[in-house]
Amino acid sequence: MKTVSLTIDGKEIKAPVGEKVLWAALDNDIYIPHLCARHDNSAPDASCRLCWVEIEGKSRPVTACTETVEAGMVVNTKGQAALRLARTAIELLLASNEVDCASCAKSGACELQKIAAHLKVKLKTRRFKKILRHLPVDSSSPLFTYDPNKCVLCGQCIQVCRQRLGIGALGFAHRGFNRRMTTFGDQPIGQSECQNCGDCVAACPTGALCFK
Amino acid sequence: MTNTKEKTKITEQTRRLLNRFSRKRGNLIPTLQKVQEELGYLPREAMLEVARFLDIPEIDVYGVVTFYNQFRLNPPGKHSIRVCLGTACHMKGGYITLDAWKRRLSIDRGQTTADREFDLDTVACVGCCVMAPVTVVDDKPAGQVEPTKVDGILLSFEREREKRGKEKR
Ligand code: FES
Ligand code: FES
Repeated sequence: MKTVSLTIDGKEIKAPVGEKVLWAALDNDIYIPHLCARHDNSAPDASCRLCWVEIEGKSRPVTACTETVEAGMVVNTKGQAALRLARTAIELLLASNEVDCASCAKSGACELQKIAAHLKVKLKTRRFKKILRHLPVDSSSPLFTYDPNKCVLCGQCIQVCRQRLGIGALGFAHRGFNRRMTTFGDQPIGQSECQNCGDCVAACPTGALCFK
Repeated sequence: MTNTKEKTKITEQTRRLLNRFSRKRGNLIPTLQKVQEELGYLPREAMLEVARFLDIPEIDVYGVVTFYNQFRLNPPGKHSIRVCLGTACHMKGGYITLDAWKRRLSIDRGQTTADREFDLDTVACVGCCVMAPVTVVDDKPAGQVEPTKVDGILLSFEREREKRGKEKR
C-alpha cells in the first residue's frame, strides 16, 4: 500500500494514499471529535461539524473527515479557531439533548460525554437555551429501544442499515428542529422493515439506540 | 380515512403516472410533483409505489416528502386555511391565531378534517403585512384574523353550507 507522510500535532505519521485526515489521526492515537463519519463510507456526510482541524496553508479550519491526506501536510488539532467551532457544535447538540446521564444506559460509553470532556465543555452547558424535542420513546422492537430525544442525527445507524445490510428501514424525515431518524410513515420500528440485526444499535454513539 | 378500494385505485393511478418517467433517482421530486398534481396529495400507497419504481428505500421517499413544504401527506379539504407566520404576523400573534384554528378544527397543521371540509397549514409572509395577523382562506388573504374572527369565518362557511343544503332540497 502506498503511503504519504504528514505531521499531526507535531507527530510525524504515515497514512495510506487517499486516506482522510480524521482516520489517519485516529489510527495514530490522536483523537479528533467526530460523530457522523464512518471509515467505510467514501462519501462522508460531514454533518456533525465536530471534526475541525487547522491545516498549514489553509486560512480556515476544515473538517478532518473530508480532508484527504497529502505528503508534507501539517495538521493541528488544537488550534483555537478549530476548537471554537467544535465547541459550538457540541454545545448546540447538548442544548437539545436531555443529558440525563444518571439514568442513561449508555453512560460511560457515550460519545457525547467523551467529546464534551475532550473539548472541556460541561455537559450541562448553559451557553445556548435548552430546547427539548419531547418525542415519544419507541420500544416496539423486541431487541432495542429508540429514544429520539437522545439522537444527534449523526446518521450512523442509517448508514449501516443500508450500506452493510442493504435494508434501508431507517432514514431521516421532517425538517429543521423536527428532523429525526425514523421509518417510513413514522411507524414504530418494530412494525417497519427492520430485521432486528442490532447493527444500528452497535453503531449509535449516544443513548438513542440501546439494547433492551 | 382511506379504504381498500380507494387504496387500490391510488396504486393503479400512481403506476399509470410513473410510466412516463425513467427509473432514475434524480426523478424523485418531479415524480412526486406529478403524482401530487394528479391526486391532490401523496397518500402512503403512492409513496410506496414511487419507492418501488425508483428502487430506493421507502423512508427516502418519505424523507423528501416531509422535508419540502410543497408536498402534502393529507388530502386537500374543500377549503384551505393558511395561517401566516411571517415576521409581522408572528409579532401580531399569528401563533395564537394558528392555535385557534387548530382548536376549532381539531386538527394540527398539515392535516385535513375528517369530513374533508378544511385543511390547515402555515405560510411565511404573503406580502400584506399591514393586515397582520393574516390568514389566507381559499387563496384570499383575510386581515386581522384574531381568534374571534376565526369563529366568524367558520360561521360564514357554515351558513353557506346550510344555504346550499336548503337549495338542494
Ligand atoms: S465527523 Fe466530520 S463532520 Fe462529522
Ligand atoms: S408577515 Fe404575514 S403577511 Fe407578511
